[in-house]
Amino acid sequence: MEQNNQVIDNVIIKFAGDSGDGMQLTGTQFTNTAALFGNDLSTFPDFPAEIRAPQGTIPGVSGYQLHFGSVSIFTPGDECDVLVAMNAAALKANMRFLKKGGTIIANTDGFDPKNLRLANYADGANPILDGSLEGYRLVTMDVTKMTRSALSESGLGIKEIDRAKNMFVLGFLYWMYNRDMSATEKFLTEKFGKKPDILDANLKVLRSGYNFGETSETAATRYTVNPAPMPAGVYRNIMGNQATAMGLIAASQKCGLDMFLGSYPITPATDILHELAKYKNFGVRTYQAEDEIAAICSAIGASFGGKLAVTTSSGPGIALKTEAMGLALMLELPLVIINVQRGGPSTGLPTKTEQSDLFQAIYGRNGEAPIPVIAARSAADCFDTVFEACRLALEFMTPVIFLSDGYIANGSEPWRFPKADQLKEIKVNFTTENNNDGKYLPYKRDEKLSRPWAIPGTKGLEHRIGGLEKQHETGNISYDPENHEFMVKMRAAKVAKIADFVPNQTLDNGAEKGKLLILGWGSTYGPIKGAVIEARKKGYDVSHAHIRHLFPFPKNLGEMIKNFDQVLIPEMNTGQLLSIVRDKFLVDAIGLNKVKGMPFATGEILNKIEELLK
Amino acid sequence: METIQSPESPKLTSKDLVTDQEVRWCPGCGDYSILKQVQTVVPELDIPRENLVFISGIGCSSRFPYYMETFGMHSIHGRATAIASGLKGARPDLSVWIISGDGDSLSIGGNHFIHLLRRNFNVNLLMFNNEIYGLTKGQYSPTSEEGKITKSTPMGSVDHPFNPLALALGAEGSFIARSMDRDPVHLKDMLRRANAHIGTSFVEIYQNCNVFNDGTFEIFTEKSSKKEQTIFVENGKPLVYGQNADKGIKLDGFTPVIVNLSDGHSANDLWIHDEKDLVKAGILSRFFERPAEGSGHLPRPFGVFYENNRSCYEVGLNQQVEEAIAKKGKGNLDALLSGRETWEIK
Repeated sequence: MEQNNQVIDNVIIKFAGDSGDGMQLTGTQFTNTAALFGNDLSTFPDFPAEIRAPQGTIPGVSGYQLHFGSVSIFTPGDECDVLVAMNAAALKANMRFLKKGGTIIANTDGFDPKNLRLANYADGANPILDGSLEGYRLVTMDVTKMTRSALSESGLGIKEIDRAKNMFVLGFLYWMYNRDMSATEKFLTEKFGKKPDILDANLKVLRSGYNFGETSETAATRYTVNPAPMPAGVYRNIMGNQATAMGLIAASQKCGLDMFLGSYPITPATDILHELAKYKNFGVRTYQAEDEIAAICSAIGASFGGKLAVTTSSGPGIALKTEAMGLALMLELPLVIINVQRGGPSTGLPTKTEQSDLFQAIYGRNGEAPIPVIAARSAADCFDTVFEACRLALEFMTPVIFLSDGYIANGSEPWRFPKADQLKEIKVNFTTENNNDGKYLPYKRDEKLSRPWAIPGTKGLEHRIGGLEKQHETGNISYDPENHEFMVKMRAAKVAKIADFVPNQTLDNGAEKGKLLILGWGSTYGPIKGAVIEARKKGYDVSHAHIRHLFPFPKNLGEMIKNFDQVLIPEMNTGQLLSIVRDKFLVDAIGLNKVKGMPFATGEILNKIEELLK
Repeated sequence: METIQSPESPKLTSKDLVTDQEVRWCPGCGDYSILKQVQTVVPELDIPRENLVFISGIGCSSRFPYYMETFGMHSIHGRATAIASGLKGARPDLSVWIISGDGDSLSIGGNHFIHLLRRNFNVNLLMFNNEIYGLTKGQYSPTSEEGKITKSTPMGSVDHPFNPLALALGAEGSFIARSMDRDPVHLKDMLRRANAHIGTSFVEIYQNCNVFNDGTFEIFTEKSSKKEQTIFVENGKPLVYGQNADKGIKLDGFTPVIVNLSDGHSANDLWIHDEKDLVKAGILSRFFERPAEGSGHLPRPFGVFYENNRSCYEVGLNQQVEEAIAKKGKGNLDALLSGRETWEIK
C-alpha cells in the first residue's frame, strides 16, 4: 500500500501498560535510540507506588512519557500525541493526557472482557470497538497473538513468550518513526547474551513488530523527526539520579577524598545508592544503614574521619535526619545531604513529584540552625549542582542540603558531559599544624569564617567536638550567655558569607528590566523555560531567572527582582519560595502553585503569563 | 578491639590522657572510677594517642570524651554507635571506643545498638548501666526493675526491663562481658580483653548513680554480700563462688544448679566456663534474678561471657573496594562520565 512519510518537528509518546508489561524498558529503549539519533528529548516515567498492583487494574498502570524532537525540548510535554495502551486500564488512566485527535495504539488482547471489567468499563462497553474513541486515530493490533505466533517454534513457555510483547510494540514504533534498531539490538544482546533462546525471541519479536508496520495496512503514515540543532559537543542521555551519583564521584575525585555514602532505601532516592554501589573502584564506600538516622550519623562519623560524606534520602527520611543535621552544623563538619523530594506530607505520594520540602530544608531544625540549600533544575543539572554542594560543604566546613525531586530524578535528557579536566579542583586542607601557642583551637576561623579540619590520626591535634554549645575558638562546652549569642550569630554569618563565593544570579531569558519576571527553582525549569519562549514569541515582556542557590540567595537577587513590575513564582507546592521571597525582599510576588504530584505543563504557565500581562 | 601499635610513639601515661576540662560528674559518681580505669589501661595498649577516638551519645556517661585527651565526639542521644560505625568503616586504622549508658544504648539508641553488634565493627562499646536516667534527674530506664518508683512512675514502673547481655547475645554480639565500677582490677581486666578482641566488644559496666539510684548494685559490690551474690567467671575454670569459695554451679541438662562444695560435691563436677560456647553463654546471661533476701538464687556473673571471632564489617567494606580496583582498575572519571553510548553534534 501507499505509505506516507511526514516530517514533524516534535512528538510526545506515552507508553502505558500493566506494571509487568515492561513499559519502562520500552520507553528507555526508544529514548536511547532517539538520543543516539541526535534528537533533543525529555522523559518522565510515571509508575505506581505498588510494585505489582493487581494485573489489569488502573492502580497497576505504569507509564513512560517521551518527548523528542528536531527542536529544543524542555519538558516531557503536556499532552501526548501518541498513546500506547497495552490494556484497557492503561487507556482509561491516560486518555486525559492524550491530545484531541491524537493517536492510540491499542493492544486488542488487553481489551478482552476481563481487562475491560478490571478497568471498570461499563458492561458491554469496549472503547476500541464501540466508537467512543471517535475523533482519535485508533491503531489496533493483537500484540499478544502476534508475539505468540512469532515465537510458536521457539520452544519457550507461554509466560516467557508473553514477556517479549513489549518488543513487538517497540519494533512497531521504530518502524513508525523511521528508527534504526541497532542500539536496542545491541542492548538485548548484552542483556541476554547468556540466554541465547531469550535473546533470539526478543530480537525476533522486535523485528516482527517492525515488519508488521511495514506490511500491514494498520498505519499508513510514517514520521521522520530530524536531529535537533544542539550546541556542538559529545552527548549522552542521563537521568537525574544517575547525574547526582556521577556528580558526587566527580567531586570525590576532584577533592582527593574517598566518598562515604550512608543511606537507607527510600523512593525516589534509592537509585543514587544503587548507582554509587557500582563504583567502588572510585574509592566509593556505600553503607546501607539500619535506618535514616544511622545513615546520616554514619556519614557524620566518616566526615569526622576525613572523607567526603554524603547521605541520600527523600522527605520523610530527611525528617528523621533532622537532629543529626543540627549536630553536623554544630560540629561544622562537611556533609552533603540529598533530598530527592516527593509528594508529602508523611508517606504522601512516594512515586510522585513535589517541591514541598523547601521550608523543611531551610527552616526545619531546632534552634537557629542555618544550613546552605541548593537545588538542581534538570536531570543533567543534578551533576553540576551536587558538585557545587560538595564544594560548599568542603570549603566552608558545613552540611549542605541538595534538593532534587522525583520528576528530574527519574526523568532524562541529553547531556553534553564535561571532560574530567574541565572540572574545578575542590580545595581540601587537613590541618596538621597547631594553630595556637597553647592548645589547638578547633574552632578558630579563617577569612571564610570556616574552621580547620584536623582528622583523627593527626598527632598533637587531639580535640573534642560535640553538640553542646561551644566556646568561640576553643570548642569547649560553654553555657555563657554572651558566648551563645555570639556563636549563634557566627554560625549564621558563616553561612551568609557563602553568598560572597557563589556566582551572581543571572537571567535565563529576557530583558533585565521589564513587566514580568518569572522566578523559579528546581525542576520547574523546563516548563517555565518553554512557556517564556512561547510568551516572548507572542510579544510578551517576560523574563526568567532560575535560582540554584536558595540559601543563602545570590547577592544580587534582590536588585534583580526590583527591576520588574511583577514577579511570578511557579512552584509545585503552596508557595514556599514565594513566602521566602516576600519575606526577604518585601516584594508583592505572585504564586502559581500546583500540588498534584505532577510537573507543570508549559501551557499552565503560559496561561498565567497571558493572564498577568493582558 | 585491637589496634596495631606504632613502635616510635613514646609511651603514654595516664596523665597524658587527662584533659584541661573540669570533670563535672556528681561527687561520688561511679563514672569517676570508670574514667580512671580507662585512663590507666589505655596507655598499656600502645596505641598512639592521636589514633584513639572516644565517641559518646547523651547522658551523664556521655560527657566522658571531654575528659579524654584523645580525639572525641560528644554526639546526640543514642547515635554514638551509628557515628562510630561510619568512622570505623571509613577509618579502620583508628581505635574507636563508644561510651554510652543504659538509656542511650538500650532505649533511644536500641536500633543502632543491635545493628552494631550484628555488623561486628571492630570497636569497643562500654555501656555504663546505672538503671536510671540521671541527666534528666531520675526517671526509670529500660534496665530498671519492674515496680520502680521514680518521678515518672510514682506508682511504680510497669515496664519489664531488658537483660542487656542476653539482648547482646541475641543481636549476634561477638564479645559480651560484664564488670562493675567498684572493682577496678576486674574492670581493667575487662577493658584489656575488650581491646584485644577483634570485633565489637560489648562491656556492660554496673555503675552506681549515687544521686538518683544509690545502692542499686550494692548487693554485688559491697564486701559483705559480694562473694555470695556474684560469680566471677574465667575461661576454663569451674563456676565457683561463695564467701569461702564453697559453692559451685553445675549443669543438670540445661538447668544450672547450685551445689555446696562442702557437701561432698567435687569441683570436677562443676560447669567449666567456656567463652566460646554460645549455648552456655546464653544460660549464663540468664543468671539475672533480682537478688532476694536469703539464698537459693543464682549469683550474678561477671567476666567475659562469650567471645568468638568472625569477620568485621569494615574489613569486608574495604576489601570490596580493593577487589573492585583490582578487577576494574582505578576508576576513570572520563569513562564514567561518557558512559557506554554517546553521540556527537558538530
